[in-house]
Amino acid sequence: MTLQIDAPPPPEAAPPEAVPPEAPESGASESGPALVTTYLRGPDVQLAPAARGERREVDAAVVVSGLNVYYGSFRAIRDIGLSIRRHAVTAIIGPSGCGKSTFLRTLNRMHELTPTARVEGSVLLDGIDIMAPDVDPVQLRRVVGMVFQRPNPFPTMSIHDNVAAGLRLTGRVAKAELDAVVERSLRRAALWDEVKDKLRANGTSLSGGQQQRLCIARALAVDPEVILMDEPASALDPVATLRIEQLMAELRASYTIVIVTHNMQQAARVSDETAFFTMGEDRAGYLVEQGPTSQIFTNPKHQLTEDYVSGRFG
Amino acid sequence: MTIPGAPGLPTRRFTGRSGSSADRLFRTSTGIAAVTMAGLILAIGLMLLVNSGEAFRQFGVGFVTGTTWDPVAGIYDALPYIVGTLLSSAIALAIAAPIGLLTAIFLAELAPRRVALPLTFLIELLAAIPSVVFGLWGVFVLSPFLGATLEPFLIRTLGWIPIFAGPSYGIGLFSAGIILAIMILPTIVAIAREVISSVPDSQREAMAALGATRWEIVRRAVLPFARSGIVGAIILGLGRALGETMAVTMVIGNGQNIPTRLFDQAQTIASKIATTFNEASIGLQTSSLIALGLMLLVITISLNVVARLLVRRVATEGGR
Ligand SMILES: Nc1ncnc2c1ncn2[C@@H]1O[C@H](COP(=O)(O)OP(=O)(O)OP(=O)(O)O)[C@@H](O)[C@H]1O
Ligand SMILES: [Mg+2]
Repeated sequence: MTLQIDAPPPPEAAPPEAVPPEAPESGASESGPALVTTYLRGPDVQLAPAARGERREVDAAVVVSGLNVYYGSFRAIRDIGLSIRRHAVTAIIGPSGCGKSTFLRTLNRMHELTPTARVEGSVLLDGIDIMAPDVDPVQLRRVVGMVFQRPNPFPTMSIHDNVAAGLRLTGRVAKAELDAVVERSLRRAALWDEVKDKLRANGTSLSGGQQQRLCIARALAVDPEVILMDEPASALDPVATLRIEQLMAELRASYTIVIVTHNMQQAARVSDETAFFTMGEDRAGYLVEQGPTSQIFTNPKHQLTEDYVSGRFG
Repeated sequence: MTIPGAPGLPTRRFTGRSGSSADRLFRTSTGIAAVTMAGLILAIGLMLLVNSGEAFRQFGVGFVTGTTWDPVAGIYDALPYIVGTLLSSAIALAIAAPIGLLTAIFLAELAPRRVALPLTFLIELLAAIPSVVFGLWGVFVLSPFLGATLEPFLIRTLGWIPIFAGPSYGIGLFSAGIILAIMILPTIVAIAREVISSVPDSQREAMAALGATRWEIVRRAVLPFARSGIVGAIILGLGRALGETMAVTMVIGNGQNIPTRLFDQAQTIASKIATTFNEASIGLQTSSLIALGLMLLVITISLNVVARLLVRRVATEGGR
């Protein structure tokens, strides 16, 4: 359950770690808009009285609050608070360099592969703070899968083995079961018909669009709940892009999907929710607003959003 | 030059050469250097071929398959030295390849920069130690240790396996293999580290996103991707081991027979040439030594070609 409040900024932004994750979280920015978005989660949370603006209740799979990410001493994103709806597509849009990829990579703690990256704040996945020290990022990534900008199949593996790669990590799996999962995943990724006769062929022998669907199948095979996609179609031609978009519409029923995209039409076509990021003068990215995609594109609350979606900025 | 079918266009000239005399000097001098180098290599090959002719005419294939080296009888065969070369290098590889690969993985994947940089530097320094210094160390430190401690221990515990049977001398195939292993380690580490570092991060991320641990990322994504380059690194190390002369000569003993046990004394092609050339009589014996050199050249060149092809394959795969 999520509550969105449109309220004036408090004079001083509270330090993120001092704020209980389920309490109203405020993010103020010196250079950015005077907009504060607050999310609450859980049916029994006392809803804070909304200053003004409408309330919206959605089932959130992921609730982010007070999220700051630093690369060394550079703050790449600042005080992000947003929620990600379960079994829906949430699009993250915003100008280049505003921290969309950075944000996405914190959701499965992929940022930990970058030695200089450091995170503050909380990310609740079904109520559990995944940033907590006792959460194992390796386990987490089986639940929160990822698809990358450029298709990256394993070049030394066959199509079959690419899809099976994640399952093989979990230990010995019977061949019959493996084959079944590979087929199911390839079907879900709408690739089965194209590759069923050449499962032993090399993964890199496929076209770019097929490779990306192979990577989606590979992510699906470990049965995640959330799938993060960082510009999954930006390296593809329009036809392949369309396939990926159709696929997202199908996958939405069973997965929570977060997609970063530079393509406004794509965001409008595929997503249910849209979050618009931009960056301040210190080059730290922050959330301007989040809402239903139709509202963000037709009736945004903030001028910056309006400028961006109508193509006047970025 | 006018463009056909396009009357009225201004006449353009692209012919002729631009550039000053410095350019010409540069072109000429680099050209001469390149041609000289190629010529030298050809000349060496040709020299070996011509001068080994007498031995090959005399012994034919028997030169490679025979086991006698007897100046009194005038019979010169290569097999013990070919075997000695291959075995000492194989021992070196068996030791250096796993250690080198693990070191390279540590340096490229696991160690923080402030550890990896000095360590890489130190290992590369190892390559700068002169061969004869390794030899001295082998004679005065390694061999006494092997002869007094390790070899007797191995004979006691594993002696029932024929290749580990005694006696041991401290010098021999085993000490040569160990010295060689230390000498080729920097080559293997440096190239394998380079190859592993050039594996694109997207491969690591792809595996990580499936829920792989650090080790699983290395084993299932990085190493398979880098595999042919790693093989190349090992083969380049092998190439160095095959040709290494000074240190090996000092610790391998002077065995004239085909070594059959780990601790046997032996000779490699290189050490045989080095120890025999001074007193070799002109004629058949010298020609046989040169034929030995030719064999070594052929072995190392073919290995180098294979290694280079493998390393290049990784480079192009990595560039995708
Ligand atoms: N590994 C890194 N080390 C240091 N700084 C980084 C690193 N990755 C990203 N940054 C910086 O963080 C900021 C946000 O980068 P990020 O890649 O998240 O932006 P983005 O919104 O995804 O941009 P794009 O739309 O171009 O993909 C940028 O200023 C970038 O320079
Ligand atoms: Mg990005």
